Amino acid sequence: MIEEEAGIVFNRQIADKTYHMGLESPRIAAAAKPGQFVMLRVFNGIDPLLRRPLSICRVGGDGIFYLLYRVVGRGTAIMSRAVKGERLSVLGPLGRGFKLPPPGDRSFLVAGGIGIAPLISLSQVVDKDHMAFLVGYRSAAEIIPAEQVGADTSVSIATDDGTAGHRGPVTELLKANVERAGEGRAIVFACGPLPMLKAVAALTSKWNIPCQVSLETSMACGVGACHGCAVKSSSGQKKPYHHVCQDGPVFDADTVDWGRL
Amino acid sequence: MTEIQPDLKTSLGSLTLKNPVLTASGTFGYGQEFSSLVDPNLLGGIVVKGLSLKPRAGNRPPRTVETPCGMLNAIGLANMGVDAFVEKRLPLLRELDTVVIANIYGHTIDEYGTVAARLKGVEGISAIEVNISCPNVDGGGMAFGTDPDISARVTEQVLKKADKPVIVKLSPNVTDIRAVARAVERAGAEGISLINTLTGMAIDIETRLPRLANISGGLSGPAIRPVALHMVYQVVKAVRIPVIGIGGIMDYRDAPEFLIAGAKAVQVGTASFVNPRASLDIVEGLKAFCQGHGITAIDEIIGTMRLR
Repeated sequence: MIEEEAGIVFNRQIADKTYHMGLESPRIAAAAKPGQFVMLRVFNGIDPLLRRPLSICRVGGDGIFYLLYRVVGRGTAIMSRAVKGERLSVLGPLGRGFKLPPPGDRSFLVAGGIGIAPLISLSQVVDKDHMAFLVGYRSAAEIIPAEQVGADTSVSIATDDGTAGHRGPVTELLKANVERAGEGRAIVFACGPLPMLKAVAALTSKWNIPCQVSLETSMACGVGACHGCAVKSSSGQKKPYHHVCQDGPVFDADTVDWGRL
Repeated sequence: MTEIQPDLKTSLGSLTLKNPVLTASGTFGYGQEFSSLVDPNLLGGIVVKGLSLKPRAGNRPPRTVETPCGMLNAIGLANMGVDAFVEKRLPLLRELDTVVIANIYGHTIDEYGTVAARLKGVEGISAIEVNISCPNVDGGGMAFGTDPDISARVTEQVLKKADKPVIVKLSPNVTDIRAVARAVERAGAEGISLINTLTGMAIDIETRLPRLANISGGLSGPAIRPVALHMVYQVVKAVRIPVIGIGGIMDYRDAPEFLIAGAKAVQVGTASFVNPRASLDIVEGLKAFCQGHGITAIDEIIGTMRLR
């Protein structure tokens, strides 16, 4: 865990309400693993007070790590106005990332909107010949150009309104891809809004395919001190609650009590 | 010319702290969570997360929400239980060269005593801080800390079972905090710490849901600092035992306010979430403050507020 001021290398809008930021921190970039996150201090005053948890989208070989974020509140609005050269305090890398599948296994990466962020870095390390990267958006205006944010692979898109790609939820793309792949070992990695994650968890449970999900909660500390980011664990787990900051943000889907999320 | 190193030592009854900065219960875990960023040996002390007789899972989420200049929490006193703490976490804390204070709470007066008894003879804990003020648990903390007589009975019960100095942490959610302070002093408390969080709530106007699953929670952060400072000032004037000031202390400029108001030490809480090194920065900042003001020992400023 490192805490340091990282300089903004760039910060630009790449889709509706969606921004891409590069931060220079060779130490954090070197330590980060796919699926981990940082706590970013977006403002040096006391209002807003707390750091924001953000998934690391990608790490460059140049000591830069990249974030993708959607403007949803005051913190992200402040972030969106930050300019090149400003320095932001970053705490990270934090949490447990994705457990990588053995080579040869089929990987299905399923994202909803901004949930694409942690899956970008994952897509760079899994076996590309056996990978499908599926992303759902509400509408074409929200589409994050995956090649611009570091995905060196093709991405299949679904939109709720049919303005791009498959019309319908991304889980329909997942179903079609899994069916097409047929027999063989497979794993699903998912990040996105809760209804999507629930649907993916239900499908993978039915198919008996392992699934790892990256969860998002509000967080105060990010390091396990406050116990604020609790999610209910499924029965049979050692602890009644997981803490997203330390036990996650990536969880095996069957360790989470989806009915109480 | 070498700069004079100011003496930051302060005393809380029979306890001596190397400096007046402690970390507040529930904000610094069990001392290890931040250890790669903060050397706990450089702090005046660590108050560990509140311990109960049995492990406690805590409240349903969401448990925290940010509010103007602060945050609300309803963690629900999640903790591993006093026995697991002594077995699993205390061994590492014991190696530290700083004061470790165990924060405890119970659901009945008897249970407070039982938790204190479990810490009897246990090495590595310098004092007990009694939480009579956590507002989050049904039938728990709140009821004790709002009534001077019950607060005194809790204090007496802990003192009966404990073999360590007892500090009582007061709730600000009362009409006159001086009455509770005097009651716990009469009951034998060696020190008083205040304030715990102020009860509050927030509502999502789109969904009309409370932002905390528990509906209400405890407000902390710089938003509460003026309230905390005033209550510390009131209590310092009402009792003779040492007072520890807590409430929204973010940096070294905030800490002297509490010391000047009469607190012998301060605890840093929510600030650690924003800046994990906040407590240490405050120690360093106090040193510089003393040097800048020609103060050779920090206790020279304690209780020195001038009147207009």
